[in-house]
Amino acid sequence: MRVGLFIPCYINAAYPEVGIATFKLLEHLGVDIDYPLPQTCCGQPMANAGFETSALPLARRLDALFAPYERVVTPSASCAAFIRIHHPAILAGGDTGSRAKNQTEDEHPCHTHEKIVDLCEFLHDVLRVTALPGVFPHRVSIHNSCHGVRELRLSSASELNIPRYSKIAALLALVRGIDITEPERPDECCGFGGMFAVEVPAVSACMGREKVRRHLATGAEYITGADSSCLMHMQGIARREKLPARFIHVAQILASGL
Amino acid sequence: MKDNYPKAAARFLRDAERAKWHDDTLWMVRQKRDANARSIPEWEQLRHLASQIKTHTLLRLDHYLEQFADSAAANGITVHWAADAVEHNRLVLEILQSAGVKKLVKSKSMLAEECHLNPYLQAAGIEVVESDLGERILQLAGQPPSHIVMPAIHLTRQAVGKLFEEKLHTDPGNSDPTYLTRAARRHLRQHFLTADAAMTGANFCVADSGDVVVCTNEGNADMGVALAPLHVVSAGIEKVIPDAGALAVYTRLLARSATGQPVTAYTTHHRAPRPGCQMHVILVDNGRTDTLANPEHAQTLKCLRCGACMNTCPAYRHAGGYAYSYLIPGPIGMQLGMSRDPRAHAGDIPACSLCYSCNDACPAKVDLADQTYRWRQQLDSMHLASAPKKLISRVLRLLFTSPKLYENVLRLAPLVNRLPRFLVYNRLNAWGRDREMPPFAGESFTRAWKRGKVKASREKSK
Ligand code: SF4
Repeated sequence: MRVGLFIPCYINAAYPEVGIATFKLLEHLGVDIDYPLPQTCCGQPMANAGFETSALPLARRLDALFAPYERVVTPSASCAAFIRIHHPAILAGGDTGSRAKNQTEDEHPCHTHEKIVDLCEFLHDVLRVTALPGVFPHRVSIHNSCHGVRELRLSSASELNIPRYSKIAALLALVRGIDITEPERPDECCGFGGMFAVEVPAVSACMGREKVRRHLATGAEYITGADSSCLMHMQGIARREKLPARFIHVAQILASGL
Repeated sequence: MKDNYPKAAARFLRDAERAKWHDDTLWMVRQKRDANARSIPEWEQLRHLASQIKTHTLLRLDHYLEQFADSAAANGITVHWAADAVEHNRLVLEILQSAGVKKLVKSKSMLAEECHLNPYLQAAGIEVVESDLGERILQLAGQPPSHIVMPAIHLTRQAVGKLFEEKLHTDPGNSDPTYLTRAARRHLRQHFLTADAAMTGANFCVADSGDVVVCTNEGNADMGVALAPLHVVSAGIEKVIPDAGALAVYTRLLARSATGQPVTAYTTHHRAPRPGCQMHVILVDNGRTDTLANPEHAQTLKCLRCGACMNTCPAYRHAGGYAYSYLIPGPIGMQLGMSRDPRAHAGDIPACSLCYSCNDACPAKVDLADQTYRWRQQLDSMHLASAPKKLISRVLRLLFTSPKLYENVLRLAPLVNRLPRFLVYNRLNAWGRDREMPPFAGESFTRAWKRGKVKASREKSK
């Protein structure tokens, strides 16, 4: 199986180590992984702000770029969710944003949405990883990001009455020495929300401060999650507030020792 | 004009202590809701059913409305139809005037709020007394509701104590909830005994029996109806449901979702006027058929008005109901306001981080967050999009569709880390107001890849 790696724009610019950890991890697991160029962004920041039209050329590019691959893996739950749920409608140019809608007849048949998986989904559901070589002797608090929880269903949403599960926790548990915990209000939004962060900065920052404090209250040394965007927002808050929080993407913990 | 949501929310947050209390109080309600939802093994099936029954009913709304009207009429109820708020208010006034009503006791009705009924009746010389405790507090304070189920949630008990001191002459400084509730009850009892008519909303209109079902905790609606010779019901046309079987699904969901109780204290079926009395039901459209005709937003009509989407919404909990321009706040209020008048309520649309919690909390599975996302897409063509957001999106588009430019920007981005603070952190940088900028990497992933470093890092550790 040929797998294409999609590295979202902000990971590319600010957290290349997350991309490197993802690559190492997948290679270690024997995946035939490639990073096709040039790649930029999935278009989510613009679409969530109301400008799907600006996201359209990006969706087209992405789809063409990943055409040769059977799977596309990305270390970002939010981008995976956006591509899977919104790209078909954006490419179809039809009415926007219907999650149920799949594109019907169109000159640009879209395939990436069927192939895209978040790294955690790929490891948990596709590869069904049962062993990892790493050691990470730290207490970590899992940040259940909204799109991971309520779009990709990486863990059971606290609103629903369904059996509790967490794919992220199950994967982290494969790393030796790790002590996994979750904050109070385990899947409440951290307040990032893309342009929400700059359009409603007061609410966004207030939510972020509360979220970081709840993570820290667990006694965790690290806050980890499947979305670097949420981590970036909380890191910005923690640094401004001089809170002793450290952030690390799940991929980096799973790749520890590689 | 009212401030838009971002400004109003910022103002609300300035009183940090009260803001925290608001957030904690509503979160507590959500936790009670969670505990109740978990106590029902078939909760998710119930939600699914609730959604399907509403969808079915809405698709055959004409049929069920006529069935309800016929059943109600057969039971001796006078049924009226109102196309809009103006017609609704005029009908209410006509009914009241022809019965010689001077004083009306009302129980909480969001529809009456929607139609601005109270000022209209008062201008016509009718005394209107809100009998729901929360609504009565607001009527005394001269304020609109800030939540649909707990309308006075923005007021602390101390504030209520002060208000009662002034209006009901309670003991100075006494804000004991039991004491205040007793004082309100004594005061309201006088009104119940002297009112000429009672008005209620409806939670459900059951088509096959003609029942109007009203769910309350205080019993005030029942008290009003039981004492007055005339009962007027205002109901939106989306309140109709097929039968008692459907009702059973909704009564199991409603109170659990709204306040985290297994059931409301009173679930009253008003089926017919009492002997010698009159009962009228006004079925109101007021824009609902337009919403029904709009496939992107028709699901709004499935709403039970439980308020769960507000309680779970972080943007609501951190801003309060008054931060929204429409009288119903939170995720459902944003949809209702926009369906009514996009121009007036587009300022509410930023109030969403797209966390999707509302969708999962909603007992009727209204696709709230998806609708917000869709409204955002529509703002630009209505010339209501925010100019800065549009500009940012254009710039991003340019950047992301020009790989060369993008790579150069990636290469230069780390310079931001070393700029003097005043250049990076200023009024133009909303991100930097409360947060530090992300630390741009010395070398982007793409560049590291091109230079073979990513693969090499793997080789090294082999
Ligand atoms: S949209 Fe759903 S959660 Fe919100 S008030 Fe209506 S029924 Fe309740």
